[in-house]
Amino acid sequence: MASEETAAHGEGAGHGAEAGHEAHSPLEQFEIHPLITEGPNFTLMGFDLSFTNSSLWMVITILCVYALVMMGSRHGSMVPGRLQSLVEIIYDFIADMIESNVGREGRKYFPFFFTLFTFVLVGNMLGMIPGSFTFTSHIIVTFTMALFVVTAVTIIGIAKHGLHFFSFFVPKGVPAPVLPLLVPIEILSYLIRPISLSVRLFVNMMAGHIMLKTFAGFIIALGGFFVIPAIAPLALTVALSGLELAIAFLQAYVFTVLSCIYLQEALHLH
Amino acid sequence: MEVEAAKMIGAGLAAIALAGVGVGIGNVFATTISTIGRNPSIQDRVSGMMWIGFALVEAIGLFALLIAFMVLFG
Repeated sequence: MASEETAAHGEGAGHGAEAGHEAHSPLEQFEIHPLITEGPNFTLMGFDLSFTNSSLWMVITILCVYALVMMGSRHGSMVPGRLQSLVEIIYDFIADMIESNVGREGRKYFPFFFTLFTFVLVGNMLGMIPGSFTFTSHIIVTFTMALFVVTAVTIIGIAKHGLHFFSFFVPKGVPAPVLPLLVPIEILSYLIRPISLSVRLFVNMMAGHIMLKTFAGFIIALGGFFVIPAIAPLALTVALSGLELAIAFLQAYVFTVLSCIYLQEALHLH
Repeated sequence: MEVEAAKMIGAGLAAIALAGVGVGIGNVFATTISTIGRNPSIQDRVSGMMWIGFALVEAIGLFALLIAFMVLFG
């Protein structure tokens, strides 16, 4: 979707360009392109499966998380060092989150939530490196994760409660005449969960990065780094980068907490 | 009416959602402050929930942004 917007935006991006300078669209950072162009092309049943920059940054994210956890838990000393205490903080954070939102029976889903949280968090954070690529700013990535979460939670709920699970859609303590109106609303709000969960993460990351690039463009438009009027947008860009780091953490947290809450609702049915 | 002009008006109309978002975010923080003021010992638990509420409300504003983008460029 973002690449279409870029294509549509590309013609109008020339304004503000001076001699030798080429202004880029703020949407250009979301472009996906295959990294391996030689050799056999990876298409399967009409789908393009080439290794793109998006895939590359996902692999980098996995490697970062893996290296952090492995190096942090290698020694396992009684008094933790810097890396070990970082890993312990993340572990405690997720364990507390599951304990307070799902309860005791959520313990066995700990590895999944730990993976989900670290994947989204490190993906968001790596996206803040200038020139890198934020894979969470693409709806298809977040939608796949959200759809997986909601489907898995539904299957867990049905496996635990059987057909009784569908009483989830019937609110308690509601007079019977209102039920024909309320049950479709409940079902609809359940089915819309993967969309709202994924769009929240993707729009936050996309809007934040567009905003950063736009304000960074003002620096160039006002004459570059070492000119007095450009100080204001430069300071604003620095402040916004800080805000974006906070948002990157917050959205990873919210994504995981909402998954926990969905699981809790499926396990306990209200 | 020209399509371009209608698109601009539509994108502007999408910004009306920000009225609700403003009320919502104000309400989230006001309620949290008054709760912590009444019972400071509960601060840790309430502020965790506050950030979830903040992110949920903020997402509504960004949905409006998304709709504005879809109207303008879609």
